[in-house]
Amino acid sequence: MSAHTSMGLDNRKMAFWAFIGSECLLFGSLISTYLVYKGKSVVGPYPPEILNIPFTSISTFDLLMSSLMMVLALAAVQRGDLKWGKIWLFSTALLGLVFLGGQVIEFTEFVHKGLTIGTNLFGCTFFVLTGTHGAHVTVGVLWLLTLWIRALQGKLGRANAMTVEITGLYWHFVDVVWIVIFTVVYLIQ
Amino acid sequence: MSDARGLTSWLTTTDHKRIGLLYFWTALAFFLIGGIEALFIRVQLAQPNGQVVSAETYNQLFTMHGTTMIFLALMPLGASFFNYMVPLQIGARDVAFPRLNAFSYWVFLFGGLLLNASWFVGPLFHAGMLNVAPDGGWFGYANLTERQYSPGPNIDFWVLGLQILGISSLAAGFNFIVTILNMRAPGMKMMRLPTFTWMTLVTQFLIITAFPVITVGLAFLMFDRFFGTHFYVREAGATPILWQHLFWLFGHPEVYILILPAMGVVSDVLPTFSRKPLFGYPVVVYSGVLIGLMSWGVWSHHMFAVGLGPIADSVFAATTMLIAVPTGVKIFNWIATLWGGDIRGTTALHFAVGFIAMFIIGGLSGVTHASPPADLQQTDTYYVVAHIHYVFFGGTIFGLFAGVYYWWPKMTGRLLDETLGKVHFWLQFIGMNLAFFPMHLIGLLGMPRRVYTYAPELGVGALNLVSTIGAFLIALSILIFLVNLWHSRTHGQPAPNDPWGGATLEWSVSSPPPVYNFSVIPTVTSRLPRWSTERHGPMRDPPAAPPEPIHVPGGSWWPMVAAFGLPVLALAPLTQTLWVAFVGAALLIAGVYAWAFQPFEV
Repeated sequence: MSAHTSMGLDNRKMAFWAFIGSECLLFGSLISTYLVYKGKSVVGPYPPEILNIPFTSISTFDLLMSSLMMVLALAAVQRGDLKWGKIWLFSTALLGLVFLGGQVIEFTEFVHKGLTIGTNLFGCTFFVLTGTHGAHVTVGVLWLLTLWIRALQGKLGRANAMTVEITGLYWHFVDVVWIVIFTVVYLIQ
Repeated sequence: MSDARGLTSWLTTTDHKRIGLLYFWTALAFFLIGGIEALFIRVQLAQPNGQVVSAETYNQLFTMHGTTMIFLALMPLGASFFNYMVPLQIGARDVAFPRLNAFSYWVFLFGGLLLNASWFVGPLFHAGMLNVAPDGGWFGYANLTERQYSPGPNIDFWVLGLQILGISSLAAGFNFIVTILNMRAPGMKMMRLPTFTWMTLVTQFLIITAFPVITVGLAFLMFDRFFGTHFYVREAGATPILWQHLFWLFGHPEVYILILPAMGVVSDVLPTFSRKPLFGYPVVVYSGVLIGLMSWGVWSHHMFAVGLGPIADSVFAATTMLIAVPTGVKIFNWIATLWGGDIRGTTALHFAVGFIAMFIIGGLSGVTHASPPADLQQTDTYYVVAHIHYVFFGGTIFGLFAGVYYWWPKMTGRLLDETLGKVHFWLQFIGMNLAFFPMHLIGLLGMPRRVYTYAPELGVGALNLVSTIGAFLIALSILIFLVNLWHSRTHGQPAPNDPWGGATLEWSVSSPPPVYNFSVIPTVTSRLPRWSTERHGPMRDPPAAPPEPIHVPGGSWWPMVAAFGLPVLALAPLTQTLWVAFVGAALLIAGVYAWAFQPFEV
């Protein structure tokens, strides 16, 4: 990647900001649809009967902490500290996996309680919105694990700090989207 | 890859110029397919009670005509010029992400092939040939497109094909935004960018913001059709109007995604052939940006017939009338550019001026839809068909043909024949007015669009016949264009660096340019670097041979492999076979990983 750019911003980083802008419209459309269809389900189960706020709060806290790990991972790679870089990258991925595990438990429980993707409008909008977010987390976990393996191979040095920074941008974005989803879907019923 | 030849060098190319040519030929092929579909439609409608095709076939013809022309012909023809010209116009050696660029092209090709395969694969779905192509119209209104009302695989092809094409446009969008903002030559400030590059930038911003919305709309439809959700099912409490909002939130910016590149071409062609700088360059640029912003606030004018209520109708009527203002500003700037210029009547200029004239007509009929009471009379009649064809054919196609005649010598090293070019222009100009002008009257007389035939009592038989004759004149003009392209391959006059006396950087290098574009990256000191202005003499063109060796990145197979994963993934729901999905995902993931870890110096 050429060092000199017209705006002084790395090409990949700029592309990623554009990508995040685009993703805002994607999640914006999904969240708007959730709001438009809120309270429009003609059969149950309805959100208050089924959403488990304490459980999801723990998941949310877990995802927030993973963002902290991500910050630490980037700081470690930037100062060339490969040992802690490895540890923090793996911790970020691990907390991401814990979040995904929580989502699997939540989805399974909902299905047992009679809410599937085809049950009612709440099911449609809920599963597609949170599922899309979960898919983003999955991509992020795979990405982080890839970086972690590169680090284990000793191929992730200070020169790759930009790669880690961009991974972090993605990870923080996915985290922020979850905060919005958690607020809109779980807290404001 | 340097100057390598052979099939492999094209399949693995990451050179923006070759990708531009691939886009051009692919889009041209789809343009011809879409045109043939249009001819079938016109033959069917040439007289009342037409019997040429059945109602079912007719539905597929108009759906595929619209979808093909918009997503497979006009957008990629624009993309062909983005690819070829933008790096040259900003003084760069390539786009920011050459392999992502190749990926965009392959995704576009595979998506287009998947959509068009639907014409032939009927037997695989226990139906006849020509039976399973998409048939729900280019805006695929739910709930007509739900499984309940469209049980066949027709709409599945449409949904999956468009999802794939969206990925292509998005990837190209990120790439060109970064290229234009970040890869400019020294001194190429934003307000020195050629207008075509500026309009490309606005278009890319519209693409990356509009396509996620249609992606969500299509994903809902896909879930409804395959996984039993109820996003557009009224019985479940949902409203099919949601589809219309999501579709037109994308659809109206899409209209400007189609027209802005053509406006950019015209804004480059007119100054060259008037030997005068573009009149009011900053105003043209700002108007383009303003059109881009305002295109987000007008979508519901496609939905006046829904009955959204007086407040919504009034607001969208007002914004729609307002967006005509920056467009009008541009038209006056173009006319003022011609005014008092040293005009050379080349074919490219003919098309550019034709663009202005036809686009004014299309723009004016557009303003008539802005008024809800008038629109209620026009909705779903041929009046709307007339309007969009004046905008897309008279506008976009004329603008893009101006670009073809202007840039062909740069892209191939051969000039197109001017005499054939002018015959092409006049036939197309007369043909399009014969084909589309009567549609205004046909519509106001009450003929609905998308109905496969009409009764003689409606009294529009003669007008329809005129329209059909016009359509065949257009076909003849396109045939002459193809002859011209073919003829130029061997008999075209070899093009010098700058056959037209252009002001912008693409004319400072050989035709076609060397693989590295610029032997020395130019330093830009004015908006019209190759012309003398009050303060600057013309720039010195880069030397023919590079003073020092230039590293050119090699090709890569992986963008194509990754892209191929997408149509394979789409086959899984189409054939209802789960393992196909794993194959597709594996291809995609393997392609992306191999791509990410492949050494590739830029």
